[in-house]
Amino acid sequence: MGIDVHHITKRFGDFVALDDVSLSIPTGQLTALLGPSGGGKSTLLRIIAGLEEPDSGTVTIEGVDATALPPQRRNVGFVFQHYAAFKHLSVYRNVAFGLEIRKRPKDEIRTRVMELLELVHLEQFADRYPAQLSGGQRQRMALARALAVEPSVMLLDEPFGALDAQVRRELRDWLRRLHDEVHVTTVFVTHDQEEALEVSDEIVVINQGAVEQTGTPSALYDQPANEFVMRFLGPVTHLGGHLVRPHDIDISLTPEPATHAATVSRIQRVGFEVRVEARTADTTDADEVSIQLTRGLADRLDLAVGQQLWLRASHDASALDLTDTPALAVS
Amino acid sequence: MRLIVILYLSFLLVIPVSLIFWRTFSHGVAPVWHALQDPAMTSAFRVTGIVTGISVVIDTVFGVTISLLLVRYRFFGRRFLDAILDLPLAISPVVVGLALILVYGKYGWFGGFLERHGFQVIFALPGMVLATVFTSLPLVAREVMPVLEEIGVEQEQAARTLGAGPTQTFRRVTLPAIRWALAYGVVLSMARCLGEYGAVSVVSGRLVNKTQTLPLIVDQSFQNYDVTTAYTASFVLAAIAIASLVVISLLRPKERA
Amino acid sequence: MTRSSAATVAPGRRHRTRWIRPAPGVGRLGRGGALGLGLATLWLSLLVLIPLAAVVLKSFSHGAGNFWSAVTAPDALAALRLTVETSLLVSLVDVVMGTLVAWVLVRDEFVGKRILEVVIDLPFALPTIVAGLVLLALYGPQSPLHVNLAQSRAAVFLALLFVTLPFVVRTVEPVLIELDHDMEEAAASLGASRFVVFRRIVLPNLAPAIAAGTALSFARAISEYGATVLLSGNIPLKTQVASVQIAGQIESDNTAGAAAVATVLLVTALLVMIALTLLQRWARRRG
Ligand SMILES: Nc1ncnc2c1ncn2[C@@H]1O[C@H](COP(=O)(O)OP(=O)(O)OP(=O)(O)O)[C@@H](O)[C@H]1O
Ligand SMILES: [Mg+2]
Repeated sequence: MGIDVHHITKRFGDFVALDDVSLSIPTGQLTALLGPSGGGKSTLLRIIAGLEEPDSGTVTIEGVDATALPPQRRNVGFVFQHYAAFKHLSVYRNVAFGLEIRKRPKDEIRTRVMELLELVHLEQFADRYPAQLSGGQRQRMALARALAVEPSVMLLDEPFGALDAQVRRELRDWLRRLHDEVHVTTVFVTHDQEEALEVSDEIVVINQGAVEQTGTPSALYDQPANEFVMRFLGPVTHLGGHLVRPHDIDISLTPEPATHAATVSRIQRVGFEVRVEARTADTTDADEVSIQLTRGLADRLDLAVGQQLWLRASHDASALDLTDTPALAVS
Repeated sequence: MRLIVILYLSFLLVIPVSLIFWRTFSHGVAPVWHALQDPAMTSAFRVTGIVTGISVVIDTVFGVTISLLLVRYRFFGRRFLDAILDLPLAISPVVVGLALILVYGKYGWFGGFLERHGFQVIFALPGMVLATVFTSLPLVAREVMPVLEEIGVEQEQAARTLGAGPTQTFRRVTLPAIRWALAYGVVLSMARCLGEYGAVSVVSGRLVNKTQTLPLIVDQSFQNYDVTTAYTASFVLAAIAIASLVVISLLRPKERA
Repeated sequence: MTRSSAATVAPGRRHRTRWIRPAPGVGRLGRGGALGLGLATLWLSLLVLIPLAAVVLKSFSHGAGNFWSAVTAPDALAALRLTVETSLLVSLVDVVMGTLVAWVLVRDEFVGKRILEVVIDLPFALPTIVAGLVLLALYGPQSPLHVNLAQSRAAVFLALLFVTLPFVVRTVEPVLIELDHDMEEAAASLGASRFVVFRRIVLPNLAPAIAAGTALSFARAISEYGATVLLSGNIPLKTQVASVQIAGQIESDNTAGAAAVATVLLVTALLVMIALTLLQRWARRRG
């Protein structure tokens, strides 16, 4: 149930945008499609919505084979990055559009639309035109419009991509709360790992037309399947031939077993955190090691440039042994 | 749908125009060549050339000036000026001719005065130029204005801060930026000026070998059953029109790049 | 904006020029600017405003009664009626066919499309008298199709159809190109069929451009002269359009009568232009 994508391949000319992608998205969850630009996220989402036809493979939505259905028969709600507001219709008419198409009675439409506008906090803007709304308001209107037809799944293509950081964060939290209220199966595309980690129940990492890994945010963060996923979900650094997160490095001021000796080359204070760059004697660590500390810890250690340190990955850290994972090209 | 459109355009546009080329040469090249040598025809070529040349220059100077004024400045009456600039395109050429006669004709407001000082406007070249300029007035401006707006004032201001005077700024910054739009507008108004018929027919008096232009020749020779001359002149005009369109379509992508 | 074109006002561009806010740094007139403005205004007055005023004054020079009788003279009235009626009909055809042509040129791909793109502007570039001759070649006495429309009202209709062809196409095209494709996809995913998408999403968004193009078509149609001269035969009371009637009056030295009919045409054109401006202002406000 939910959405099942089976062996989907999609080419644009010679270019393979999706290469034999299979995916299962459970009902009622909020799933993020995460990946770098050009990875094929939008293409996959548009194929699920029926806005693009796959060259091969099938799409099943809530148990119904939708591969051959046109978009208007799939009962999906689609939200576009640039809102796709109907410019010639008022906010009210925008939200009512799907219901009017379905020839619902007037007062039923009225009740439903007002209910939705309340849900997205736009009730006092019902009579405005999209041109008179801010970006965030337009996107909330687009969400209400998609929700109006009670779709079996909601598909959002970088819904907050065109908004500034502040509004983005607000809408992101709001989307999470909305989903907890409405519980409709939702897939949203983003290339912002923080957004994916914060909001979603499940993350699908897509790169170069293929799925790299699927799992809960913490599973992906803590047990990345490969270097690409690890790099994409957060900052990484090299230590003793391993890929480690900078905040997963233990520092000691005295030599200890299984540590790497290093010299501090730079210290940078950014708000409440302190970033330390250190050079190890280890030749496999091509660059300097980055370490991330809290300010309290840094103050206690009383670090200074030129000081000698001994480093090791924390024992519960997710680390990738670079010698047995094939190195992936990372953009 | 594609088929409907192609048929519609074919029967309204493509076939009739092709037919002109066909008809012109239906008896070979010789009669056409002969018609081109006719003194009335060569005179018409000359008159058309002169009138078009002067008119295009006036159109261009006026067009660039008014564009700069309307886009770069805010002043009282700007909206009004902007609005009446389009007026000539909506006015019947015959009315244009009539209007000019009423003012510059022998018994017109200014015409009598001018003629007494030896300057004849109506039934002479100046009137034909006025008529031609009238009907093609906004063409250059309407091409240049959007481009002027798009490029904004920043580049010009940058030039000013670098020590360029107004003339230098115009020549070195503004003009290069608008040159394709300007070229486009000039070709456009040239095509229009060459073919102006209605207004010119009213103010020219149609004096053979003196104020007869190519479009007037088409009309007159056709009415006199001299079909070869009519087709020949039409052929020349149509060829120029098509050439202008091709030039314009070649200019367009460059403008965007 | 891409390619609104040829001898027209190119309204796609025009509404952009009309309603912009002053760009930052846009100046007041300096001395050079004032001189330029003075000269431009003088030129515009001498060339356009004063002569047009002369027409209007002339038409009332023998009193309103004479104006009225000149306009309601049988041949004048018939010419005006024919002009307006045919122009309305032509505008109607232009709405449908112009939109259709623009649609095909923007949304369809086929061999020869580029040629059609160029050819569309031909009525703008072709001298009107040549346009008349051209149509006469296909629909005149020597028609290879054996349809002779010469000297009929159908010929007037045909001539006006020819000269107004590009207006709606060229105003609708840029809007169609820039029409947000997402909007149509959003409508489809909300359950709208292709026809419903066209009727409820595409058409309303094109409507201002279609209306603007139609207004220009109409203004052009009522003032057309050259194209109708050869084709229509200019039979008074039957195929004579207003412009031809005016030309006849001028030739017979009845300038007051000519001015009266001309004033009617002028006022009509002016009303159409004002309507167009209001329409664009209204469309602008909608965003
Ligand atoms: N209509 C199309 N024609 C040709 N190529 C296309 C088309 N749509 C997408 N592509 C190509 O397919 C690849 C995947 O595109 P897609 O839009 O799915 O990427 P994405 O992951 O959504 O990227 P972004 O984060 O930038 O939106 C890209 O390389 C893109 O150039
Ligand atoms: Mg995308």
